Amino acid sequence: MALDQSFVGRSYPPTDPYEVGREKIREFAVAVGDAHPVYTDPEAAKTAGYPDVIAPPTFVFAITFAAAGQVVADPQLGLDYSRVVHGDQKFAYTRPVRAGDRLSVTSTIEAVKTMAGNDIIDIRGEVHDETGEHVVTAWTKLVSRAPEEA
Amino acid sequence: MTAQIKYDDVEVGTELPAASFPVTRATLVQYAGASGDFNPIHWNERFAKEVGLPDVIAHGMFTMAQAIRVVTDWAGDPGAVVEYGVRFTNPVVVPDDGTGAVIDVTAKVAAKLDGNQVRVDLVATAAGQKVLGRSRAVVALA
Repeated sequence: MALDQSFVGRSYPPTDPYEVGREKIREFAVAVGDAHPVYTDPEAAKTAGYPDVIAPPTFVFAITFAAAGQVVADPQLGLDYSRVVHGDQKFAYTRPVRAGDRLSVTSTIEAVKTMAGNDIIDIRGEVHDETGEHVVTAWTKLVSRAPEEA
Repeated sequence: MTAQIKYDDVEVGTELPAASFPVTRATLVQYAGASGDFNPIHWNERFAKEVGLPDVIAHGMFTMAQAIRVVTDWAGDPGAVVEYGVRFTNPVVVPDDGTGAVIDVTAKVAAKLDGNQVRVDLVATAAGQKVLGRSRAVVALA
């Protein structure tokens, strides 16, 4: 079904802060097999110039995608989530995410279109810390595949 | 913090050390837990096939996380990544055969930018198919 074009430009309220923990970063780094000490050793992180351990570049997706959930689940938008696949993903960083961050995401629908029966939505998530400083912006393209011909 | 690679030491066309990343079902279960993405297409073969996939497939974000390691391992400082974007072009199919799949990643410097930054273009393949398209990172070098 065609998505409601009036959703383009719509922003959703900032999410409640997500507190980034050292052990969650460690769990993620282990899961992607990355042994860089700056992810797990606070002393190594300080030597590298960071106040605490930092997260791998794609770690923040878990936070921005959860925030995008409120867009995806908006019944007025009409996206069939059971058919959604991840099309594109991009991040632009002001600084790395780090342990101790309390991050809030503001999601905005940048584009809505239908191509060959596929519904496509572009969502931008602006991530700020609790002082209001920008940390990273995440752009996520989701594609809801057209139903197969009956 | 700054990267360990010097901007002046790289040219357009400089190749980064390539790497191969094995993926098994166990890897995907572990990534599901760490990332919070429990979509059953990444661990349940029956479900994956019901929705038209050849088998269980890796999380796109797992593949994205592997590919950037070629850049962060080269630069030395993961915090030096300024931008990173990909298109998910083909799934990484992960059979339950005791071997799984392998994601092969190559990368080279595609452009030298202002502010000691370079653009790195990445190529990620699995089973001979390109799994990431338009995969590029901007990195701040020393």
